[in-house]
Amino acid sequence: MKDSPGLHFKTYLLLLLMVLFAPLGNVLLSKGMKGIGSAKNWAAADLLHILLKILTSGYIWLGIACLLAFFVAYMLVLTWADYSYVQPASAFSYAVVAVLGYFLLEEVVPPLRWAGIAVICVGVFVVGRTPPRTTEKA
Amino acid sequence: MREFFFLFLVIVAGTGGELCVTRAMKVIGEVHDFRPAALARFVFRAMRVGWMWIGIGMMTLAFFSLLAMLSIENVSLVVPVTALSYAAGTTGAKLFLHERVSPQRWLGVLIVCVGVTLVWLSRR
Repeated sequence: MKDSPGLHFKTYLLLLLMVLFAPLGNVLLSKGMKGIGSAKNWAAADLLHILLKILTSGYIWLGIACLLAFFVAYMLVLTWADYSYVQPASAFSYAVVAVLGYFLLEEVVPPLRWAGIAVICVGVFVVGRTPPRTTEKA
Repeated sequence: MREFFFLFLVIVAGTGGELCVTRAMKVIGEVHDFRPAALARFVFRAMRVGWMWIGIGMMTLAFFSLLAMLSIENVSLVVPVTALSYAAGTTGAKLFLHERVSPQRWLGVLIVCVGVTLVWLSRR
């Protein structure tokens, strides 16, 4: 199967969007939900109050928009690239989560996690050296 | 016993769902037009493919199984074990989607599995 430079470029571009939007969406949802807090009791009025807060939270809507963008990028890249290529490559989002947590939320990232992230990057690099598409075009 | 059942569902339904979504995308074929209107048409076309709905259903089942699993076992055990889904996904891609998985790609997938396990073992 011939791989053009254009195929590699658009595959890398969409994988980049995936590994940026998924962690960003999760971080925004987490920030939104922490601002809202949890239900004190499980009465209907309390749950309705929380639901209203969720629906009026900018962080939640931004998070949902990021996750939708992730899913569209995921669907698009799978129209031409192998699943066995996209799935391990998207594990790079673990590294993005750690970097976002370290720089934006000032979280402590333990050495074992950095080691795991380094191993994931090596794995993604090894998968990235294989052709993105091994099946015939639809 | 029930933790094995839920773990089985997390890995099989989760990976199976993603494989079905991939099959739906192969039915649609390679996208060349990335303008917003074309992307909207692409999403509507995807929603009319049966494999897409089977995939979404299986991924939903996997999500609730993960929640059930987390209510039984510690997250530090659950998530490293779910790294098996990378190996299951590659096997499924070979058998279900007929992708040609080279030894180099297998090696990369196994390295990713080890890395994901280390990341989740670092959780306190």
